[in-house]
Amino acid sequence: MSANGQPLVQVQHLVKHFPVIGGGIFAKTIGVVRAVDGVSVTIHQGETLGVVGESGCGKTTLGRCILQLERPTSGRVLFEGQDLASLTEPEWRVVRRKMQVIFQDPYSSLNPRMTVGQILAEPLKVHAIEPDRQGRRQRVAALLTDVGLLPELVHRYPHELSGGQRQRVGIARALAMNPSFIVCDEPVSALDVSIQAQIINLLDALQERLGLTYLFVAHDLSVVRHISDRVAVMYLGKIVELTDWQRLYEEPLHPYTKALLSAVPIPDPEVEAHREPIILTGEVPSPLNPPSGCVFHPRCPMAIADCQAMVPELREIRPGHWVSCIRA
Amino acid sequence: MLLDVRDLKTYFFTAAGVVRAVDGVSYGVLPGETVALVGESGCGKSVSALSIMRLVPTPAGRIVGGHILFKGQDLLALDEEAMRQVRGREIAMIFQEPMTSLNPVLSIGRQLTEPLEIHLGMSPDQARTHAAELLATVGIAAPERRLAQYPHHFSGGMRQRMMIAMALACQPALILADEPTTALDVTIQAQILELMKALCRRHGIAMVLITHNLGVVARYADRVNVMYAGKLVEQGGAREVYTDPRHPYTLGLLRSVPRLDEPRRQKLNPIEGQPPDLMHLPPGCSFVTRCRYAVERCHREVPPLMPVTVGHLSACWMADHLGREVTP
Repeated sequence: MSANGQPLVQVQHLVKHFPVIGGGIFAKTIGVVRAVDGVSVTIHQGETLGVVGESGCGKTTLGRCILQLERPTSGRVLFEGQDLASLTEPEWRVVRRKMQVIFQDPYSSLNPRMTVGQILAEPLKVHAIEPDRQGRRQRVAALLTDVGLLPELVHRYPHELSGGQRQRVGIARALAMNPSFIVCDEPVSALDVSIQAQIINLLDALQERLGLTYLFVAHDLSVVRHISDRVAVMYLGKIVELTDWQRLYEEPLHPYTKALLSAVPIPDPEVEAHREPIILTGEVPSPLNPPSGCVFHPRCPMAIADCQAMVPELREIRPGHWVSCIRA
Repeated sequence: MLLDVRDLKTYFFTAAGVVRAVDGVSYGVLPGETVALVGESGCGKSVSALSIMRLVPTPAGRIVGGHILFKGQDLLALDEEAMRQVRGREIAMIFQEPMTSLNPVLSIGRQLTEPLEIHLGMSPDQARTHAAELLATVGIAAPERRLAQYPHHFSGGMRQRMMIAMALACQPALILADEPTTALDVTIQAQILELMKALCRRHGIAMVLITHNLGVVARYADRVNVMYAGKLVEQGGAREVYTDPRHPYTLGLLRSVPRLDEPRRQKLNPIEGQPPDLMHLPPGCSFVTRCRYAVERCHREVPPLMPVTVGHLSACWMADHLGREVTP
């Protein structure tokens, strides 16, 4: 869980707008959803960058843009210094193997008609990592052992597995390519509490053993705090605060981060009895029509007149602590 | 006692066998208090709430035993017509996913006025005025205009507010809230739970809060029932259960979740293994395969819910031993 400083993924001024089509027979664009609206962040080798935020804040789209599952509207994503958009098809196939993803819902991300063995062997075959059958069989067995599953499960279908076991298969599939970078998109939020801790420990152990770099996207702040080295807080397509995990939780500077932290109930009635949560008013505005100035100003307990007019820059308030708030 | 559930048994009879979803559950709710039912998916917590409303899906599901005394009257002995007088009027229910429990083709106004006209005999005009008041109570702005809208015009948070308004409509004595905020974002979750707490206090409504979120329970519940594999494994005041858990499952759950108010741990302590298959439960304690404290007796005999202190019960043969270990 320690970063050695080398940038692995560099996201520069990334923008992803989704057009909204309407207007009857003569379809035309009637608006744009600003899912990601100018995000710049660097992920270092061996680190876990956590991304937190509420639904619609753009955290999943950010991950998908990094993986080029969505084509960014503008901005660049560099992987090991290479601009992903400039790669030729054969070059891209090599890079693709190094970037993998684990999805939230293992139920819908595994092919129901394939056995666990087939699911894990297919990428090995397609990418010619293990060209012969015997080699693939051994590799699949090793992958299953790596994620804490019994090799006997190769003949099972996804529906025969529990949620936790399915997520382990999803992790094994990501590991099959020997990646250096994995986007974990809400990897535990569909799982039961007692199983979540198992999967988090597994991701931690794999990172340590294989030197993996993670982008860990989640809405659960306690889980993100546990696993991340640095954390980015997103709101309406923008990063509003970015710093190391300890700072973020001990000295949050953005009013949205403060409200998010305070909204999470602590599983201890004694502690809760003495806590006065900050309850935000209103709801997250639509990314179709974001507010002027600071996007958080309509809900912000600290907002002043300037907040409506000025778009706050993400600035480094002290070394390694970035905040976009004129009042921070 | 407002609600007194005694030895409730709800089974599902499927082609593959009998699923004992709720298997001898007993708990009580006093007027005005909030009682939590905690457990993971498939533990039977939702089915036990549906049993109280007598809305268990038929023909597979059947209440095969027990009593549900509400204001001293056994709901299981009522005919369908008498039960309809209880539902919505005396006991209201709030579901996890408001979109699937609101009627998409009826206006917000109609869905709110219908119970008022049917249960309280209001005239359409009176009902409409009262409906607007209800929407205002749950914090929906411009209620008059909102009455003409449809559920799809509302955001997730507003739909859940609407569900609360419907639940409050007839001033029930008891609200069953089944994961009322699980589908919502953290800041909206905090808003909705604070609202429910305030309204229940103001109107003296008792609430059964069904959730898997240990933090939510700590913040809002007076008393806690922990459920595992169709049975209650621990019961008591929220503070006693959290500070001195006497069932290994409760203890395991509390230890497995990362907490924002504690120093970060190197590793989480998960509960190992998987929840049991309700169709093939082990002969003794259902938790035995995942329990680190299990002794020989646990494999043979099902432990009943036994008092450890006044008002604090645990279904564990090792409950006394656990208490000593936690508080040395």
